[in-house]
Amino acid sequence: MDIEKRTQELRDRLKYVQDIFGPDENSNVSMLDAKLNEFILREPSLTKQEVIRQLETLEELFRFLEKKLERELTPMNKVRIVRHPQRICLKDILENVYDNYTEIGGQDDYSIDPSMLIARAYVTRKRGKKVHNQPVMVIGQEKGHGQEFRNGGSVKPWGNAKALHYMKVAETENIPIHTYIFTPGSYPIEDYPGAAQQIAKNLYEMAGLKVPIVAVISEGGSGGAEAIGLADTRIMMSHGYYSVISPEGAAAIEGRLRGGQRADLKLIERCADQLKMTADDNKAMGYIDWKIHEPELGARPEHYDFFRKLRKAVIASTDEIVLNVSGMRMLRSFALKRHKGANVYVRWTLSTRAKERLLWVRYLKFRRMAQGAYLDKRHWFSRGSEALGEVCSSLYSYFRYDLLGRQRKKVSELAEDVHAEIQVVMGRSARYWGKVLSKLFFKKDKKEVDKEELTTLTPWNGSDQNLGQWQYISPQAKEDQSITCPNAGVHGCLDQWAPDLFGEWAGVCSFCGHHFPMEYQWYIHNIFDPGSVREIFSEIESINPLQFDGFDLKLDEAKRRTGHKCGCMTFEARIEGTTVMVAMFMAAFRGGSVGAAEGEKFIRAMERARKKQLPFLSYVHGTAGIRIQEGVNGVIQMPRCTMAVRRYSEAGGLYLVLYDTNSYAGPVASFLGCSPYQFAVRSANVGFAGPGVIKETTGLDIPPNYHNAFQALSRGHIQGIWDRREIRHNLVQSLQTMGGRNLYYR
Amino acid sequence: MVDVKTLLQELREEPYEKIVIRAPHAGTVEFVSSTPGTRVVGPSGTWKEKPGTLLIRLEREKNKKPIYAPQKGEIMALADLKPGEFVQAGQELMTIRHYLTREEVIGRILRQSLFLFLAPEKGRYYFIPDVDIKIKTKGSQSVAVEEGLELFILSRMKRETAIRYTGPSGIIYAIYFDTNDSVERESPLIGVCPEDQLGQIQEVVSRVQSDWEEQD
Repeated sequence: MDIEKRTQELRDRLKYVQDIFGPDENSNVSMLDAKLNEFILREPSLTKQEVIRQLETLEELFRFLEKKLERELTPMNKVRIVRHPQRICLKDILENVYDNYTEIGGQDDYSIDPSMLIARAYVTRKRGKKVHNQPVMVIGQEKGHGQEFRNGGSVKPWGNAKALHYMKVAETENIPIHTYIFTPGSYPIEDYPGAAQQIAKNLYEMAGLKVPIVAVISEGGSGGAEAIGLADTRIMMSHGYYSVISPEGAAAIEGRLRGGQRADLKLIERCADQLKMTADDNKAMGYIDWKIHEPELGARPEHYDFFRKLRKAVIASTDEIVLNVSGMRMLRSFALKRHKGANVYVRWTLSTRAKERLLWVRYLKFRRMAQGAYLDKRHWFSRGSEALGEVCSSLYSYFRYDLLGRQRKKVSELAEDVHAEIQVVMGRSARYWGKVLSKLFFKKDKKEVDKEELTTLTPWNGSDQNLGQWQYISPQAKEDQSITCPNAGVHGCLDQWAPDLFGEWAGVCSFCGHHFPMEYQWYIHNIFDPGSVREIFSEIESINPLQFDGFDLKLDEAKRRTGHKCGCMTFEARIEGTTVMVAMFMAAFRGGSVGAAEGEKFIRAMERARKKQLPFLSYVHGTAGIRIQEGVNGVIQMPRCTMAVRRYSEAGGLYLVLYDTNSYAGPVASFLGCSPYQFAVRSANVGFAGPGVIKETTGLDIPPNYHNAFQALSRGHIQGIWDRREIRHNLVQSLQTMGGRNLYYR
Repeated sequence: MVDVKTLLQELREEPYEKIVIRAPHAGTVEFVSSTPGTRVVGPSGTWKEKPGTLLIRLEREKNKKPIYAPQKGEIMALADLKPGEFVQAGQELMTIRHYLTREEVIGRILRQSLFLFLAPEKGRYYFIPDVDIKIKTKGSQSVAVEEGLELFILSRMKRETAIRYTGPSGIIYAIYFDTNDSVERESPLIGVCPEDQLGQIQEVVSRVQSDWEEQD
C-alpha cells in the first residue's frame, strides 16, 4: 500500500513537472518520465526490498532533478506554475497561515462572486504568559484548485465591490488588511458597477484607507491585481508573476492577431520574458518590497514550511508598517530591520496621528516608484530652477490661499452673517419704505417689472455662439470628398461634403449627430481661450525601460509623427478667463497608451494644480490602456496616479474627466474612472476591455454598442454626454458649479 | 377565402424571393462579386452586426460606399455595366435570388390566410384570465373569438384597459406576443383563421414542415 502511494506520488510529481514545462522538449523531464515508466514496468518482477530500494533511488532522482529544473525555470514556466490547479490557493493560506478564520461575504459557490474570498482571521501571538489574538481582514482571489465556479480567480465587478466593502469594514474596526492576489485579470464586463469603474473605486478608496495593508502576490494580472493590490507592503512569491498583461495577451497584440487567433508558443514565451514579470524583476525595479522563496517548482498545499515562512512575512510586514508610523518604536523597529520576522510584539491598531502618517508614507512610497522608467533630459540647472520655482509657487500658494485666503474667507463669511442679520431687522421696514419711495417717484412696481421681463423677448447675445467659426479647422476638411455617416443605414443620413462636415460642422453629422473623430489640436484651439495654452513638463520623455524588442523604433516613430515626447500633454490654459490645469492623452501617440512618462507628467500636473488651487481636466482624446511594452512600469501608474487624484481631490480641487473617441482599460480603471465628474463626447466609447478580449475571456458575445457613451451613461459610469460644439460652454458651467472648496476662483 | 393550396403551389413553382439591388445614389460602380450563381450571405451575428457579402462598391465624390448582400442566396443577374461606369440613383445593379426557408414559406402562407388582430396601442398585453387558462391548458386553437369579445387586457403605466376583439369570427391560430414584452402599436397580437379552414391550414403547414426542401 505504501509503495503504491509513493509510486502515485511520483506519478503526480512527474505530471506536475510535465505541466510546468509544457510542450517544450526537456531532457531532465524526459529522463524522469523514462525512469518512472521503467520502474512501473519492472515493479511486478522485483522483490519487495528491491522495489523499496529502487523507489528510494527514484525519489532521490526526482529531488535532484527538480532542483536542477528549478534553476532552468523560464518566466513562462512560472506563469504555468501559478496557473496550475495544484498551486496553493487562498483557502490553503487561511488554513495554514492564520490561527483561526471565518469566511464572510459568501461561502463557496453561494457567494455574489466566488472568485473573491473574504475572511475575518486572527493571528495568535504569545509573549511571555500573555496570548494576543490579533484580528485581520483577509481579502483575495480564490482559484480553488480548479473549481470551475471560481472562474480561475477572475473577479467580476461586484466581487471587487464586495472586497472594497470589507476593506471599509476593516477601516471602521481599525484592523489591518492582508490581501492575496491570485488573479489572471479582472472579468471584463461592464454591467454595474462595471469592471473598470469598480477597480478605479477600489484604488481610490485604498489610497485613503487608514489601516495597514499588506499585499501578497502570486498571480498579479494587471487591473485585477491592482483592485486589491495598493498596499503599504507588497510581498511577492518567488514563483509568481506580476504583469501588465498575460503573455498570451501581449503576444496577441505584438503579433497583431484578431478574431480569436492564437499566438504561437515562441512569441508567447518571448513576451513573457520581455515583460519582466517575475518576482526578481519586480524586486529589482522596486515594485515589490519583499520576495518569499518558494519550494522547488512552486508552492503546493503540502509545503507547510512555506506557509510558516509566509506567516512570518505577513506578520513582520504588518508590524513594520505599524512601527513605521507609530510613536514608540525604536527598539522594535531596529530588531525588525535586523531580522525580518524577529520575535517582537506590535499592537496593530493605529492612533489618529499614526493613520495620517500612514497615508503620507503610502503616498510617498508609490510616488517614488518608476522614476527610472522615463527620461528627463533637462540640465541640472533647469531642474534646480524648476524645483526652486515649485518652492516659490508653494510659498505663494500658502500665503495667497492658505494664510491670507483663509483670513479673507473668515472676514467675508463674517460680513455675510452680519449682513444677513441686519437684513432680518431692516427687511420689513426697507420693503415698506421702498414701496413709499417707488410711489412717490413713480417707479415701476416689481410685479410690473417681472411681467415685462416675462412678456418681452430677451435681446439675443451671440457672443457665446461661434456660428461654425472655429479657431482651428481639421485637415480632414481639406479633402474634396463626400463622407458617409456610419449611422446612414439606421437613420438615413445623407452623404456630407468633408469641408462642411469637418469645418463648419465640427465633425458632427448634421442628420443624426454622430461625432466623427477629430484631431486633439481641434480641442486645444477651439475649447481654450486663444493663446492661453502654456505647455508644462514637456521635457519628460517616454523610453523603453524593459528594452522590449522593436519598441524603440515604434516610440521614435510616434515621437517623430506627433512632435511630442510622450502620449500625455500637460498644460495650463484658460477658459473664459478661468485657468485650468489639463492633462491630455493623445490617441495619435501609441494609441494614447499610458506608461511611466505619461503617469509622471499626470502626477506632476496634479501636484501643481493642487498647489495653485487650479481645477484639473483630464481630456482623453483616446487611450488604449496601459502601455504593455513598459510592463509593470506602466501598470504601476494606476495606483500612482489614483493616489495623486485622491490627494488633489481631498485638498478641495475639481477633477473633471472628458472622454473622447475610445478610452479603455487601465487608465479608465484607475485615475480616470475615479473621478466623480466623468463626461464623454458624443460617439465616444468607454470601457474596460474591447469586444475581442471579452469574447476570448468570457465567451460572451457583446452587442456592437456595448461600450457606447450612452450605454456608459445608462450604467451610471459617466455623468453626462457632451456635444463637441458645446464642450467649452459645458466646461465653463462645470467649473462654476462643481468641485471642492479650494479652487482659486471660488 | 384564400386558397392555401394554390398559394403553396405558386410558392413551389417559384421557391425564392428576388431581391433587386439598386444604386442608393449616383456614382461609378465596381462589382466585387460579378459571377451569376455566386453564393452570397446576408448579415450575421447575434445583432446582425456582421455585414453580408460585399457585392458592389459605388463611388461618388471619392467616397467608396460598399453595398452588401441583404439576404442569403445567389447572384441571379447583373446589370450590363462596365467597371467604373456611371449609374444613376435607383438604377438596377444586381438581382439576388433568395431561396425561401420553411419558416418564411409558412409565414407567407399564414400572413395571407389569417386575419391579424393588431395592437391598438403600445403596451403590455395579456389575455383575460379565462382565455389565458384555456390557452395554457388546451392551446390557442381551442379559443374561438368573435366580434366584440373581451379578449385582452392592455397594461400601460400600471393602468389596465380591456380590449375587445374586432374582426371575423374564428379561432386563434397563432399568438405573436409575449406577455413580458411591450408591444408596439399596430404590431400583430394574434392570427385568427375561420374554423372551417383550420384543418386545411394545418395540413399545408405540416406538409411544408416535412416536404419543403431548403437550399443552402
